[in-house]
Amino acid sequence: MSKFTVNGKAQNFTGDPETPLLWYLRDIVGMTGTKFGCGRALCGACTVHVDGTAVRSCQIQVGDIDGQAVITIEGLSADGNHPVQKAWRELNVAQCGYCQTGQIMQAASLLKDTPKPTDQQILDAMSGNICRCGTYPRIRDAIKRASGKA
Amino acid sequence: MTNIIKVANVARRSVLLGLAAGSFVLSVRLSSPALAQEKKFGGDGMPGGLKDDPRLFLSIAEDGTVTLLCIRAEMGQGIRTSFGMVVADELEADLGRVKVLQAPGDQTRFGNQDTDGSRSMRHHFEPLRRIAAAARQMLEQEAAARWSVPVTEVKAENNGIVHAGSGRRLDFGALAKGAAARPVPAQDKLVFKGPSQFRYIGKDNVPLIDNMDITTGKAMFGIDARVEGMAYAVVARPPVFGGKVKSFDAAKAMKVPGVLKVVAIDPPTPPVVFQPLGGVAVIAENTFAAIKGRSQLEIQWDDGPNASYDSVEYRKTLEAAAAKPGKVARNDGDVDAALASAAKRVSAEYYVPHLAQAPMEPPSATARVTAQGCEVWCSVQNTEAVRTDLSKRFNVPIDKVIVHALLLGGGFGRKSKPDFASEAAICSHAMGGRPVKLTFTREDDLQHSFFHTVSVERVEAGVDANGKAVAWLHRTVAPSIFALFMPDPKHEAPLELAMGAVDNPFAIPNLRVENPEAAAHTRVGWFRSVSNIPHAFAIHSFVAELAASVGRDPKDYLLELIGPPRLIDAGAMSDAWLYGEDPKRYPFDTGRLRAVVEKAAAEAGWGRKLEQGRGLGIAAHRSFVSYTAVVTEVAVGPRGELTIPRVDIAFDCGAVVNPDRVRSQLEGAAIQGISLATLGEISFKNGRVVQTNFDGYELTRIDGAPTEIRTHLVNTTAFDKPLGGVGEPGVPPVAPALANAIFAACGKRIRSLPIRDQLAGKV
Repeated sequence: MSKFTVNGKAQNFTGDPETPLLWYLRDIVGMTGTKFGCGRALCGACTVHVDGTAVRSCQIQVGDIDGQAVITIEGLSADGNHPVQKAWRELNVAQCGYCQTGQIMQAASLLKDTPKPTDQQILDAMSGNICRCGTYPRIRDAIKRASGKA
Repeated sequence: MTNIIKVANVARRSVLLGLAAGSFVLSVRLSSPALAQEKKFGGDGMPGGLKDDPRLFLSIAEDGTVTLLCIRAEMGQGIRTSFGMVVADELEADLGRVKVLQAPGDQTRFGNQDTDGSRSMRHHFEPLRRIAAAARQMLEQEAAARWSVPVTEVKAENNGIVHAGSGRRLDFGALAKGAAARPVPAQDKLVFKGPSQFRYIGKDNVPLIDNMDITTGKAMFGIDARVEGMAYAVVARPPVFGGKVKSFDAAKAMKVPGVLKVVAIDPPTPPVVFQPLGGVAVIAENTFAAIKGRSQLEIQWDDGPNASYDSVEYRKTLEAAAAKPGKVARNDGDVDAALASAAKRVSAEYYVPHLAQAPMEPPSATARVTAQGCEVWCSVQNTEAVRTDLSKRFNVPIDKVIVHALLLGGGFGRKSKPDFASEAAICSHAMGGRPVKLTFTREDDLQHSFFHTVSVERVEAGVDANGKAVAWLHRTVAPSIFALFMPDPKHEAPLELAMGAVDNPFAIPNLRVENPEAAAHTRVGWFRSVSNIPHAFAIHSFVAELAASVGRDPKDYLLELIGPPRLIDAGAMSDAWLYGEDPKRYPFDTGRLRAVVEKAAAEAGWGRKLEQGRGLGIAAHRSFVSYTAVVTEVAVGPRGELTIPRVDIAFDCGAVVNPDRVRSQLEGAAIQGISLATLGEISFKNGRVVQTNFDGYELTRIDGAPTEIRTHLVNTTAFDKPLGGVGEPGVPPVAPALANAIFAACGKRIRSLPIRDQLAGKV
């Protein structure tokens, strides 16, 4: 059995310990804000925070996070007003929106560690997250807008 | 798991809400009284046509909330927001009180819902205004009747009706029920706002209606559907198109915890259309168990007739075909004579490989199939294609196939072909009616797409002693999408040829377009902007090559080729398609093409002095009846490192409803165009797709994107003219503008996509 928390809520999972956190969240808990994109940590759509670090939930087995705290997009802020979320809305960043929860989780992690990132630091931190619609210029601008506020 | 997804009750809720309340029979009118035998264009020419009865689409609740049923798929183009803007404006509603719900699939009731071809706003701007104007006038009539004043003395304002003389005001909510019982005004009695009165249409930076849901993870995409009691499935499909299962052993798969059932899916019977490819489905208690179960299947495949499909060999086949004359698609003047007498002849050959649309949300659908009918939750561009397939497949009347339209996590053409919804339904049927969610893994998506065609384009021109082009011969060779629908035609269809090949506006008296044969060995399907990609890449790379060969500036030479401003009839270019539009309404306006070239060049500072290793490239293309010009600036480093400091895009789609979303589409088009030009390639070996995931099929990431994308919208208030498309026309000129910039920067001519490492060591 694996015991951990998701957005502060205790989880006791007794199923296949190899189950990736991604599918645990989506299929078993029913929290669909974390997205499936590639299953191989190549696109970042499934990004969540585990003990404060941005990780690809498709690569985290539920059996390996005993005692750890998972934060998903649903738990990033109580009211959806994390500075990154606000900046995303102010600049109408999203097109289809599918990758954006992963982008936001990655950006929030970046700004937590580096409150005022340079352009190069933004590119480095965000280059693991693919957006097929091509919202990258607005993602960069939204991160700059949120910088110093997160 | 108790939360049935929100959208499950869309149809019922919309009827409960308001204008559509009551028991009156819904009237159905065509938007124009065209005779049956008359050729129809635009939205009227689409299957199901256009509907503009407000009672089908609008409801107003007692609290004044206006609900619009959106009949186009939302896939990132922002159509839910833009449709809301149009309706709120013409209705005089408060956009903040407008809710947009996705209509379920029902072409008979709602008219055409196929979200494809950059048609949504182009076809629906006018019907939406008719819908909203009719509703506004019904509300005005109701208010006037209540107050016993002439209707001319009342007007709609800020979600209510006011009577200026007495200062009285009633909110839409208070009037909705009475207004709904009034007759819908005839089309010729509708009064529309003038552009100067618009409050939302044409205004910039309107917030996206789905912003909050998207940024908090609440937005429901097709893959997010959750239906009580559902199981989860993945399918092992034949690795070669046209192959089938010889035999399989499911014993090991069935031992995986959570696996419920293993089911064989029949191969498609020709024509394949959008049918599933066949194979073996594994149905389980969750997606991971299904994937794990699938890895334990033992399957012997019969690879079928395409087992030797090999992209390296096939390219040689296409090149050999391009070396010889082919079926003539357009023939002006005497190209052979003009080439023979030309002072100089220049030719070049270009290659664009297969591509996969690869939307970030892989294909996924949830279905429940019972004796009573089918219900599907999915993100598809064409709900009616799902209904048609399932109705036939399970022999149920089409009105018993309910398709709930969820948000698309990208479409790009892939989700026009709903094979995944059929697979979900097959699985549910096999489970005795238990709902099943079917998901493509990324590997499934890249290996079993409907791939963008692969093409060789050969262009030859003759110039006179002054460097002026006098002859143009374009041979385009590519397998056709229509191999999906009929025995392989081996020639591009009129629709494909009319995406940039025959509808070439150049003022060259001798111009011929030929289309030699090419056979399809995989599923070829449409990808954002379709055949315009290879056609524009060849034509506009060649324009710059030709300019260089006669020592001219590429922008000036492009303008000379386009020639003076004039209107060209589609028929005069042997364009039998014109994106389904009326040739009289949509002549090729070379003045507009010139204008975007000049705008992009001016904004980009064409001709400015650049550092060593930098260059500017230009290309301009009309597609989806809109005009786009791109100027790209590149920097090529000493080891061939390519960076893109800036892209300027000038765009004329006619009047612009939602400038922010037009800009975002152009920004996205620039990046998708750069992605396909620099990295995109799907290749085949032994009939199988070589690439498996985003490591092999690379997409442009934030560090490969242009530092700056500047969009320049022109002609944005031409509300007296028909609208052009937006979603696709940004893409075609991007690749040639990039290739031309690279040539300008370092002298290396890119004729084969993707660019990848072609610049390494060549500089």
